[in-house]
Amino acid sequence: MNTSDIGLWGVPLAILGGAVRVSTPFLYVSLGEVLTERSGRINLGLEGTLVFGAMAAYAVAFHSGSAWAGVAAAALCGAGFGLLHGLICSLPRVNDIAIGIALMLLGTGLAFFYGTPYVQPVAPHLPAIPFGNWSNVPQVQAALRVNVLFIAGIALALLMAWALRATRIGLMLRVVGDSTDAARAMGLRPNRIRALATAAGGAFAGVGGAYLSLFYPGSWSEGISSGQGLMAVALVIFARWSPINCFWAALLFGGAGALGPALQSVGITQGYYLFYAAPYVLTLGVLIATSSPTQATAGAPGELSITK
Amino acid sequence: MIVGEEPLPQSGALEVATLGMTMRFGAFTALDDVSIRVPAGTFHALLGENGAGKSTLVKCMMGFYHASAGQMMVAGREVQVPDPRAAHAMGLGMVYQHFTLVPSLTAAENLVISRKDAPAVIDWRRERAGLEAFMARMPFRVPLDQKVAALAAGEKQKLEILKQLYLGRRFLILDEPTSVLTPDEADEVLGHVRALCAAGEITVLMITHKFREVTAFADDVSVLRRGRLVGQGRVVDLTHADMAAMMMGEARLPQPAARSGAPGAPVLRIEGARAHDRSGLKDIAIDALEVRAGEIVGIAGISGNGQMELMEMLTGQRPLTEGSVRVKGQPYRATRAEARRLNIRYLPEEPLKNACASRMSVAENIAFRSFDASGGRTRFWLAPGAMRQRAEELIAAFKVRTASIDAPISALSGGNVQRAVLARELTGTVDLLIISNPCFGLDFTAVSEIRARIMAARNAGAAVLLMSEDLDEILELADRVLVMSEGRITYEVAAANADVATIGHHMGGHA
Repeated sequence: MNTSDIGLWGVPLAILGGAVRVSTPFLYVSLGEVLTERSGRINLGLEGTLVFGAMAAYAVAFHSGSAWAGVAAAALCGAGFGLLHGLICSLPRVNDIAIGIALMLLGTGLAFFYGTPYVQPVAPHLPAIPFGNWSNVPQVQAALRVNVLFIAGIALALLMAWALRATRIGLMLRVVGDSTDAARAMGLRPNRIRALATAAGGAFAGVGGAYLSLFYPGSWSEGISSGQGLMAVALVIFARWSPINCFWAALLFGGAGALGPALQSVGITQGYYLFYAAPYVLTLGVLIATSSPTQATAGAPGELSITK
Repeated sequence: MIVGEEPLPQSGALEVATLGMTMRFGAFTALDDVSIRVPAGTFHALLGENGAGKSTLVKCMMGFYHASAGQMMVAGREVQVPDPRAAHAMGLGMVYQHFTLVPSLTAAENLVISRKDAPAVIDWRRERAGLEAFMARMPFRVPLDQKVAALAAGEKQKLEILKQLYLGRRFLILDEPTSVLTPDEADEVLGHVRALCAAGEITVLMITHKFREVTAFADDVSVLRRGRLVGQGRVVDLTHADMAAMMMGEARLPQPAARSGAPGAPVLRIEGARAHDRSGLKDIAIDALEVRAGEIVGIAGISGNGQMELMEMLTGQRPLTEGSVRVKGQPYRATRAEARRLNIRYLPEEPLKNACASRMSVAENIAFRSFDASGGRTRFWLAPGAMRQRAEELIAAFKVRTASIDAPISALSGGNVQRAVLARELTGTVDLLIISNPCFGLDFTAVSEIRARIMAARNAGAAVLLMSEDLDEILELADRVLVMSEGRITYEVAAANADVATIGHHMGGHA
């Protein structure tokens, strides 16, 4: 019996593997955006941060020979972009959405400009843990090769959920995000807290970018993100601003994204392009199903410009 | 602080006084040479109409404003209050008219994060134990695990007061603290505040409009009018008439219109209506409710017992899962066309939020019912000239005080927004008027005027459904009193036979 031919079982397996592989950048960007939005601002520039992070990580990893140095560089660049967004938005009468779009274009533009020399060279990859070695089916092994950053992302989601509930910093962040007046009455400085939250959110998005260029797909090119940063921002609303939900949403998104390639791999060629749209159809479906005309969007931070 | 000066006493009630406090905004003097002394452990009431300078005075005391002249004395010593933080550090606290709680945080989270020494990592088990112990000493409690956004106004107000006590404040300014509470709740809360005063724990300065509360709870009273201190004294030496005379000067209160005419045919009829409440967990169930032409049906109840949902069911904001709402025998789904055809008008609570477009002008807001009507037809092009003229007439007729009819309606004071909305809703034929808390937070000239308008609408033959958390208001206006508790109508009585104690018991759910 040919062990590599597992027939239609390949589809759910490929979806699972795809979910784990594709979801990581979604997870990091959406966690970063949760942090920013919980403080009361929207940073749409994370798409640019993601692409620039991918380029920076690849370049630094190539020159230093260490993938982890690349991740650190991406986080640092992301924090820089986030801080820039946070500081500009602290000025009076500046709109966070407009600044976000400007920074998105700036980030991708700078990444393309500095990234041209790195399209050819090969940089070291991030390590993965082969959880599938117990099996001798190559598809199972491939699906269960889980990257370290994915596991770190799960830990980060849990940590954030705990911190928002049970630390002073977490509560302060929520106070600032929900009511500027109440925050001022408490003696907090909303602009400062928001700038820091946006910087931290940017760092997360940078790490997401590092995953793209250093693991999957694992090389630097201009089309590396194809809008994943923007989708991750939408994912935050979908996840109702909860870090744990972000994880499930990212996984769902990753799995749906893997549907097209998985069907293609088992020989279904007709209309599989339609399945590439699965994540978006899924998002629409879930948003409609969970919406309610009589109850307010649960969990939306009160100071967010889109919910005001 | 001067070197060698003794520190302020560390516990117990504080004596606080103002000396010649004056506040000028440009050429306008909001506060003119006001001296008030509140001895430690006393309960002092501050009376005055809206705009009399009460808020300005307390804002100067709390450090929000820097007084143009005058001094603050705390515990007999002159102090500087550069900002609210400094006031808090001395043990001065304030419960505001608008809420300062964070809506998406639970009550417990709000209390803990408001503490100066909130720990970096919060051990919720320990904090919960501490909060429970604190709550056990209080005469009233609020659900600790509910998000503040899900609490009713009355519960929020209680939590605001609890928060100040939790933070260990020793001089408390209360800005109309009972405007959202039932008489029982108000008595309970103020009774406890008074007991804390008597025990020497806190000193209280309360801004209020209610003479009853002044007489029942305060030791001393100061009266402001147009920024000046016009009267002061021991409460035991003053009658309500004395206080009213000080507050009003020569102005006279409009008397409520006398009741006239008998109820006619049923106008509004709700049968077996069911809907989900705000949390989506419980049901609102109105089995039978009828309002007839020429009568006011008052729905009393503690806030958060389904009145808000009932209002939303009637305004079409909340779908019914079962049952029906009928107006004049026809099914009613609250569309604009139906409301216009059946002459139904609304005055929801917080009208600036629920019945106005706050950034549009007063004239435009007043035209909301009629801007697209031309005779019996709808019009495409607006008639700005007619709109403005109408707005001018209504503003004059309803005494709306505004700088201009082109000013955004959000620039008006609460009473004037209320008057502007009433002007819009009470013009033309009104067959059914649905009102919720029409006098929340208004001074009593505005209150009696608005009540007179409602009574006049009833006398003209309108069916009026009045939901109010103020039982006095219901007893003054209603022909029939209904009590709502836990989403149901639990009691009904003709106003003539109404007994406050019985109604109170039903409001509390102990029937």
